Amino acid sequence: MPDVILEARKITMQFGGLKAVDSLEFKIEKGQLAGLIGPNGAGKTTVFNMLTGVYAPTSGEVLLCGKSLAGLKPFEISHLGMTRTFQNIRLFKDLTVLDNVLIAGHQHMKYGIFDALVQTKKFVTAEQGLMDKAMDLLKIFKMDDKAHKAACSLPYGEQRKLEIVRALATDPKIILLDEPAAGMNHSETHHLMETIAKIRQQFNLTVLLIEHDMKLVMGICENIVVLDHGVKIEEGHPGKVQTSQRVIEAYLGVEEPG
Amino acid sequence: MKFLKAPLLTLLILSVVGLVFDFALDAYFQLILLYALVNCLLSMSLNLVNGYTGQFSLGHAGFMAIGAYFAAYANTKWDILPPALNALEFFIYCTGAGLFAAVAGLLVGLPSLRLKGDYLAIVTLGFGEIIRVTLLNMDFLGGPRGYSNIPGFSSFLFSFIFACVWLTICFFTIWRVMHSTYGRGFLSVREDEIAAEAMGINTTRMKVRAFVLSSFFAGVAGALFAHFTKFISPSSFTFLQSVNVVIMVVLGGMGSMTGSIVAAFIITILPEALRPLQDLTGVDLRMVIYSLSLILVMILRPKGLFGDQEITAVWRKYARRNS
Repeated sequence: MPDVILEARKITMQFGGLKAVDSLEFKIEKGQLAGLIGPNGAGKTTVFNMLTGVYAPTSGEVLLCGKSLAGLKPFEISHLGMTRTFQNIRLFKDLTVLDNVLIAGHQHMKYGIFDALVQTKKFVTAEQGLMDKAMDLLKIFKMDDKAHKAACSLPYGEQRKLEIVRALATDPKIILLDEPAAGMNHSETHHLMETIAKIRQQFNLTVLLIEHDMKLVMGICENIVVLDHGVKIEEGHPGKVQTSQRVIEAYLGVEEPG
Repeated sequence: MKFLKAPLLTLLILSVVGLVFDFALDAYFQLILLYALVNCLLSMSLNLVNGYTGQFSLGHAGFMAIGAYFAAYANTKWDILPPALNALEFFIYCTGAGLFAAVAGLLVGLPSLRLKGDYLAIVTLGFGEIIRVTLLNMDFLGGPRGYSNIPGFSSFLFSFIFACVWLTICFFTIWRVMHSTYGRGFLSVREDEIAAEAMGINTTRMKVRAFVLSSFFAGVAGALFAHFTKFISPSSFTFLQSVNVVIMVVLGGMGSMTGSIVAAFIITILPEALRPLQDLTGVDLRMVIYSLSLILVMILRPKGLFGDQEITAVWRKYARRNS
């Protein structure tokens, strides 16, 4: 039995009279590249928000490495090694590209405010280490030449990439990508697929992604969870999902009899 | 001791400037200058909350009042050091005033910083008023009659240098915090709280830290104010005083330390500089011109004088455009 890194146990999210997600269950194994798909409004982003602590599930619980995340704040969950990107880009847009990455390293900085005031050796080495690490990360994504540009001045595709870099700077065990290919053209999407596969190898990561682009999902995911109206309708490898009658119905509708 | 080099150098330069002012200016201008320094402390500290951390606090006068009354009381009632060490005693009381205000900042900040935007502004505004009304009703602090006979400094030069010591401490503290991971944390809270949380930043704690540090220096500013005027009353710390500090921060540019300093000088000196005009025309156009010039600045430079940059960066950009 391979290690399960993330597990959702019957998580439900109720907004007033609307059940956005209904007793969803799934497991993600360590090192897996998993996908969460479903038609518009199926509740995918709500699932992400529950996993990362932005919403507290109405019932059910989420386990990260066997540890329950109930009652934890988003930043605490981030400290445990789960981080995310956002569907509608949420960069620190007036700050530089470098600052965006440095901020994500905050949780690993162990010096106090006093160290910063008297510029102790601890402070200087920690800052230098963080800076080097951030530049290395940017170099991997070929963004080091833009390190001192404002994040909002980057083209759209680069901003999406920067979100991934920033998430990686927290040293996560598992990273959740919310529609990383949204608004990208074919070649950009193709490039992104390669990037995701690469970072997974290089950083020994588990990846869970939400995606509309079927080609991307079927191309790289090993395990796919299909959601429709907040309910899981299918789960399995891409081949199985692609031929599933229920999935086809959810996406294309039911054929009229007669 | 390398970390002391830049601050000491700054202090040395400021002392020389003080020496020049000591000869060049009359007592009236000297007092205005001292008020400007107090306002610098206030605007720099508020900039930490309103500019860098992106929270809207309207209660800065409250923290200032706490510091002012603490220093006034301590200085008249207690005597912990021999007269020869008077300056050190003042320094200790100023620190005490700051700490007192910082504790108040912590107590106000912990519950209220969970609120956002307008709601936080209303809570801090309420806090400032509570402080003022409480002081009005505290008889041992003079109540509405105010607190008089506060010991001050013997000479202008001494006051000026003392204020500059605090100004230097404040500037370098905030500057260094802003260039550390804590400062980047403050900025991330301003930029996007949800993303900051997802990146592992405890946004509530960051906000409280900024608030406490800010109220510390507001308390110190209050203590200096008490020593310079030698008389304080609750009416020195009204809502208008808080608004005044906010104007300085906005005018200088949210998130620009040098902007806050320049704006503090402008806001303090402008109304006084316009006084001769009143003598000349016989009509009090002072406040009209003052407010018109503020409106004009906000139209021409909507992000404040320096935006979120420092004076050096603004200057470089200006020089490049002209070359």
